[in-house]
Amino acid sequence: MTPGTGGVHPSGRTTGLFDDLRDLYQEVILDHGRKPRNFRRLEDADATSRGDNPMCGDRIELFLKMTPDGHIADAAFQGRGCAISTASASLMTETVKGKTPEQAKELGAKFRELAMTGACPDCGGDLSDEMERLTPLSGVHEFPSRVKCATLAWHTLNAALDGTKEASSE
Amino acid sequence: MDAIPAVTFDVARIRQDFPILSQTHRGRPLVFLDSGASAQKPRAVIEAMVRCMETAYANVHRGAYRLSELATDSYEAARAATARFLNAADPREIVFTRNSTEAMNLVAHSWGRGVMKPGQAVLISELEHHANIVPWQMLRDDKGNELRVCRVTDSGELDMEDLARKLADGKVGLVAVAHMSNVLGTVTPVERIVALAHAHGAKVLLDGSQAAVHRRVDVQAIGCDFYCFTGHKLYGPTGIGVLWARLEHLDRMPPFLGGGDMISSVTFEKTEWAPVPAKFEAGTPPIIEAVGLHAAIDYVTAIGMTAIETHERALVDHAMGRLSEVPGLTLLGRAQDRGGVFAFALDTAHPHDLATLLDRAGIAVRAGRHCAEPLHARFGLENGTTRASFGLYTTKEEVDLLARAVTEAREFFK
Repeated sequence: MTPGTGGVHPSGRTTGLFDDLRDLYQEVILDHGRKPRNFRRLEDADATSRGDNPMCGDRIELFLKMTPDGHIADAAFQGRGCAISTASASLMTETVKGKTPEQAKELGAKFRELAMTGACPDCGGDLSDEMERLTPLSGVHEFPSRVKCATLAWHTLNAALDGTKEASSE
Repeated sequence: MDAIPAVTFDVARIRQDFPILSQTHRGRPLVFLDSGASAQKPRAVIEAMVRCMETAYANVHRGAYRLSELATDSYEAARAATARFLNAADPREIVFTRNSTEAMNLVAHSWGRGVMKPGQAVLISELEHHANIVPWQMLRDDKGNELRVCRVTDSGELDMEDLARKLADGKVGLVAVAHMSNVLGTVTPVERIVALAHAHGAKVLLDGSQAAVHRRVDVQAIGCDFYCFTGHKLYGPTGIGVLWARLEHLDRMPPFLGGGDMISSVTFEKTEWAPVPAKFEAGTPPIIEAVGLHAAIDYVTAIGMTAIETHERALVDHAMGRLSEVPGLTLLGRAQDRGGVFAFALDTAHPHDLATLLDRAGIAVRAGRHCAEPLHARFGLENGTTRASFGLYTTKEEVDLLARAVTEAREFFK
């Protein structure tokens, strides 16, 4: 990939220096970063947790509502962070709804693999649709200092499901 | 500043002294704007350290042989050069540490616990680096010394009225503040601080980590009691920092770390401390690093601290203008007297996203809270800021490129 030298982005915006960063900041990430889904408190949450990235100050609070038979009925979050961490949390809340805790954790493990390596060897299975929704974040693997931005929400999810309440992506 | 000589400051020639600046980064020239975190090294420093290891290296202060004597001479020459650099009255007032963080911890441990009275307070400010906050919190939690915090005004200056108020009851034993903020760029009015503090019976420690790089520092003229800076921000190596303190203080202070080199005699019953500064330099010191620091001091001194300051003042004015033109950019710190550190927030982009974009343009900046979390909280910027910080090799063209890239990045995230 060559550095941009000026031109017009498909969206109509004139860009230059940063065209090759569209792999990292895909439109879906910018969109979820600007307008995160499920960005609210769940007052009657069954499980909550807090995730911190002390290095950069990113912080999320996660709320889970469970069904009587132990599935995730609703997931929501609040907090502050960069476009990557906000988009990742937003996409996570969408993809874990309806999952059992085990499925959600498995999805998280696969996602961390995706974020760190850019590939997901066993993504063809049961969770392939969900993983496909998360692939826009795979570009972070080229930016080692940003991987933990993408994984913070998933660490926080594990903390909520395990009842440990707090997670850190340091 | 009186009679600034008409100097020719040839930044293009200076840049040739720094091998790393000829690198390209993703096909673009490296624009290094993170010198406030750690500065790049001129060839003179690199070569001095190599020469030391190749020709004159051994442990210091002990070997009755030629090489050890040579190394001891080099190490002590670095101390003398550092004393001259700060205009210290005596080279024995220079204690080598690992960095300025360790220098401040040394004062907090040794002077704070050994000399300061239990009822006395420490007065810091909102603009401090964590290195000038945490050691005093530890002292407070350990010994009960109250910790007071002087406010910072909206323009990013020390609130001198608040400082006076917090000194008024005479209970403050030490005022510990930065000479220059690593976030706001503010240069604090150190002579006034010293006068005020001394009038109320308080000693003064200045964290010169940033200031010593950009200004000529004269500890006798300032009149402070302790001054700290670090080698790696002054174009020298990592692993060496400096504590300057008046001899009368050092003499009264108990040692910080125990070990070899800091004693005059040891039996299992009793140990006698070596005289200063050896008393505070336990174990094998940073010998090669001292040689590197000496070369760095010689390097900036040859260019002239006043010439560096003049160049940077012009650069700061230029940057203030350029960055003010960037839409949606909020600059933190608009002090009257400020140096080349620019922390800012951008309306459409989080600091980390912005730093990633700038990196792609070959521009190295720092994103986050720059070890000054309370200061960012003070300005309501919990997400942190993006910070560009200058060195003597920074050019106006680099500042222009930064402003252009930030403007373009803003559109990217819009």
